Amino acid sequence: MPNAHDVLFRTLADPTRRAIFERLCRNGEQTVAALTARAKVSQPAVSKHLGVLKQARLVRDRHEGRQTHYSAQLGALAPLIDWTSQMAGFWQSRFDDLEDLLKRMDQ
Amino acid sequence: MNSPATETRSVVVERDIPHPPEKIWRALTQPHLIEEWLMKNDFEPVVGHRFNLCGDWGGVLDCEVLAIEPNKTLSYTWNFAHDDAAYNLKSVVTFTLTPTSTGTRLRMEQSGFRPDQKQAYGGAKAGWQKFVAKLEQVLARAD
Repeated sequence: MPNAHDVLFRTLADPTRRAIFERLCRNGEQTVAALTARAKVSQPAVSKHLGVLKQARLVRDRHEGRQTHYSAQLGALAPLIDWTSQMAGFWQSRFDDLEDLLKRMDQ
Repeated sequence: MNSPATETRSVVVERDIPHPPEKIWRALTQPHLIEEWLMKNDFEPVVGHRFNLCGDWGGVLDCEVLAIEPNKTLSYTWNFAHDDAAYNLKSVVTFTLTPTSTGTRLRMEQSGFRPDQKQAYGGAKAGWQKFVAKLEQVLARAD
């Protein structure tokens, strides 16, 4: 499991790469050209990021004619979207807000 | 040993808070205060009272007050209905307040998760933005 986490964290740590992945999550399948149009980097750079995302199984490619279409594979996030750790994080941040509230209640 | 299909897990979050139990109790049981740190709600401190917690992601949790012991214990169901069984959630949240020399130890236990459940709230797409924010926090801490 730590290895799976390492790969996912490392892959998503790069802001440009993460932006590409987020766009695929939000907008569904897209071509490299469409992704490049929205990215602030060149098409070869976008292709390289997509290659890294593909290695981490975060995206899948589909060839159609000369175009390659990419789509997000949310299942790859499963190791990170663990119920217990997700909820623990949720409650920790709720408790942060609770403490803020308690401070304000003093006034 | 439980089989994987029936085994449930729980989440425990504990924190020492420099405020007396009575004050924390108000934050846990008064709707306008609950909204400030948790979610919009129509909570009433009455055993058997059914209420909703409405998340800012659009999801609504179905809850029912199970137990109340003023300034000590509060327990309610925390259920999320979803067509996909993997996203369904039936759980129980229990807050326990214990006085300490510096204030209160607040303990939250949420129990009832099944290992095959996928997400605590919302869909994977909706949760993604928040998830990234958490991811960045984790990365910052990992350094």
